Amino acid sequence: MTAPVYNFAYLDEQTKRMIRRAILKAIAIPGYQVPFASREMPMPYGWGTGGVQVTASILGPEDVLKVIDQGSDDTTNAASIRKFFSRTAGVRTTTSTQEATVIQTRHRIPEKPLTEGQVLVYQVPIPEPLRFLEPRETETRRMHALSEYGLMHVKLYEDIARHGHIATTYAYPVKVAERYVMDPSPIPKFDNPKLSNCPALQLFGAGREKRIYAIPPYTQVASLDFEDHPFEPYRHDAQCELCGATDSYLDEVITDDNGSRMFVCSDTDYCEARRAMGDGARPSAATAEHGS
Amino acid sequence: MYVAVKGGERAIENAHALLADVRRGDRSVPELTLDQIDQQLALGVDRVMSEGSLYDRELAALAIKQARGDLIEAVFLLRAYRTTLPRFGVSEPMDTGAMTIRRRISAAFKDLPGGQVLGPTFDYTHRLLDHDLAECDDVATAPAAPAQTQPFRSVAELLARGGLIEEEKVSDGEVGDLTREPLSFPANRDLRLQNLARGDEGFLLALAYSTQRGYGRNHPFAGEIRYGEVAVEFFAEEIGFAVPLGSVALTECQSINQFTGSATQAPRFTRGYGLVFGQSERKAMSMALVDRALRARELGEEAGAPAQDEEFVLSHSDNVQATGFVEHLKLPHYVDFQSELGLLRKLRAEFFAREKSVEDDAAMQDAAE
Repeated sequence: MTAPVYNFAYLDEQTKRMIRRAILKAIAIPGYQVPFASREMPMPYGWGTGGVQVTASILGPEDVLKVIDQGSDDTTNAASIRKFFSRTAGVRTTTSTQEATVIQTRHRIPEKPLTEGQVLVYQVPIPEPLRFLEPRETETRRMHALSEYGLMHVKLYEDIARHGHIATTYAYPVKVAERYVMDPSPIPKFDNPKLSNCPALQLFGAGREKRIYAIPPYTQVASLDFEDHPFEPYRHDAQCELCGATDSYLDEVITDDNGSRMFVCSDTDYCEARRAMGDGARPSAATAEHGS
Repeated sequence: MYVAVKGGERAIENAHALLADVRRGDRSVPELTLDQIDQQLALGVDRVMSEGSLYDRELAALAIKQARGDLIEAVFLLRAYRTTLPRFGVSEPMDTGAMTIRRRISAAFKDLPGGQVLGPTFDYTHRLLDHDLAECDDVATAPAAPAQTQPFRSVAELLARGGLIEEEKVSDGEVGDLTREPLSFPANRDLRLQNLARGDEGFLLALAYSTQRGYGRNHPFAGEIRYGEVAVEFFAEEIGFAVPLGSVALTECQSINQFTGSATQAPRFTRGYGLVFGQSERKAMSMALVDRALRARELGEEAGAPAQDEEFVLSHSDNVQATGFVEHLKLPHYVDFQSELGLLRKLRAEFFAREKSVEDDAAMQDAAE
C-alpha cells in the first residue's frame, strides 16, 4: 500500500496534547463539558469519533484495549474501532474486562466492576443533558453556569404526571459531585448506579459536538429523582438463556417470524466468563409473544 | 465600451458550444460510457432516479453525463423528460416485506430471523484514501452465501402484532400525485411522503439532523433498514388481474419513535417511514425522521421546530424548484434595478437636502446670536 504513514494511534502529537489538556480540565471540573477542537476522523460522526479521539490521546504502547458496543466486543462498530487501533497503534487488544486498561464503550458499562487504573471511555452523541429541553447552546451554558436545573426537574415531573413513571430509560440524567447535571451517554438507566463511586476514571468524548467531560475515580454520581419518586434501576423479568444470569442487562433476540424471542446477556464477556465457569443455561424454548 | 445590447443569441450559442467542449474535457482521456456511470457511480444514479422520480438507470446515467456530474442538474434533466411521459395509472401497493434482501439491518434488535445482513455498505470502512484505487484495481469477486430463505416480513409488523407500535392506517382512497395536482395544505400523508421522496437529500438530511439535536426531537430508533429488489405489479383493467411489470431496487427505513399515550390509549411506539429508489440509506433515514417530525400535530406533540412545520418543509424540499429560484437571480433584472436605483438616488438627495437645511438654520441662528 502506498498510503501515508500515520502517527501512533492516528492523531498527531499536537492534537493529542490539545485533547489531553481538555481531559485534564474535565477531570478537574467533574461533569463539566469542556469544548475541544475535535478533528475529522476516518469514521463518520456518530460512530464514536469523540471516544476514538479520547482513546487515541490516552493510549500508550503498553495499554491493553477493549472496545464494546451494546456491551458486546463482537458488534460491527466495536470490531471496526478495535481494528482501527490495533492497526494504527499496534496495541494489544482483549475482550476481557478485567484484563483491559482502556475500555472504549458505546451504550453500556461492563457488568464486571471496574478497578483502579482502568479508564472507561464513552462515546457520546449529545453531551448536553438539557439539549432536548432547550436547543440553544448559549442558553444551556448559562443554565449550567447558574446551576439552573429546574427545567429538568419539571420534565421528569411531567413524565410522572403523564405516565406515573419517569419515562427516561436511557441517557438518564445524573448530577456529578453535587454540581453539574450530566448526560451519561445513552447507557440504559440499568447502568446508572455503576457511574457512582467507581474506582476507574470515566471519560466522555463527543466528537461532532466537540465536548469532553469526565467523572474522576470515586466521585459521587446521583441519578436525578424525587423524594417520593426515587430513581428505580431497571430490572428484567427474565434471565440469560445462555448463562442463566439474573443480574445482567439482557438483549431481546427475535427468533422467527411469529415473534418468538429469547433473552441473552448484552455483555458478551460477562456471559462467556460465566459459561466458562460452568454457570449454565437452563434449557428452555424461546417464548412467543402472541397477543401480549 | 461595455454596452452589451445586441448579440445575445450568438453569445448563447457560443456559450453552449463551450459548455459541450468542457463537458467532454481533454479529448485524449477516454469518454465516459453510460455503463461506466451506471456501474461505477451507481449511488449517484440512484440519487438522480429518486429525486428525479423516474426509475431508469440508463436515462439517469445519461443525465449525469450531460450534467457533468452536477446531480441536481441531472435530476432536473430527468424531471424534464419525465414530465413528457404519459401516465397510465398507479401500481399495486408494493410489498417490501417480500423484498429480495441485499442488505437488512435492525438497530433495535441484536438479532432477528435471517440475521443482520450488512450487504454492500461504507458503514464500517475506515475512511482512509485508498491510493491503490487511483490505478486500475483488480477486485476479487466477493464471497457469496446462499440467499436467506427464512421469511421475515418486518420488525415494525412484529411489534404491531403485539400492539407495541401503532398500526399503519390503510387508506383505500386514490393515491395523490403532486406532479399532476398542485400541493395544498394541510397535505395528506401520501402527498407528504411523495414530496419527501422527491425532496433534496441534503435538505432532508439537515432537517432530520436538527430534530436529533433538539429542534423537534422524536427519539428515533432505526427499527429496520432494508435494501433490495421488490416486484412491481399493475392491475390491468382489460384482463382483470395484476400483472408484473418488473422490479425496482428500493431502500426502506422504518423508524420506531417515542411512544405516546393518553387516558384512553395505551402507550406505544410511533412510526416514521422512508422509501427511496436504489440504495440511499441517508435519504431513507432522513425521510423517516422528517416524516415522523411532520406528524407532531397529529400525535398531539408541541410543534414549533422547522422540521415539524409542514408548509415550511414541503415548500422548500424540492431542489429543482429551489435551485431554479435561487439561481434565477443571475437573470437580467436591469429594469427593476433601474427603478430601485432611481428611487435610491431621489431618497439620498432628499436626505442631504434636509441635512443641509438643518445646518443652514443652525448657522443663521449662530449669526443672530
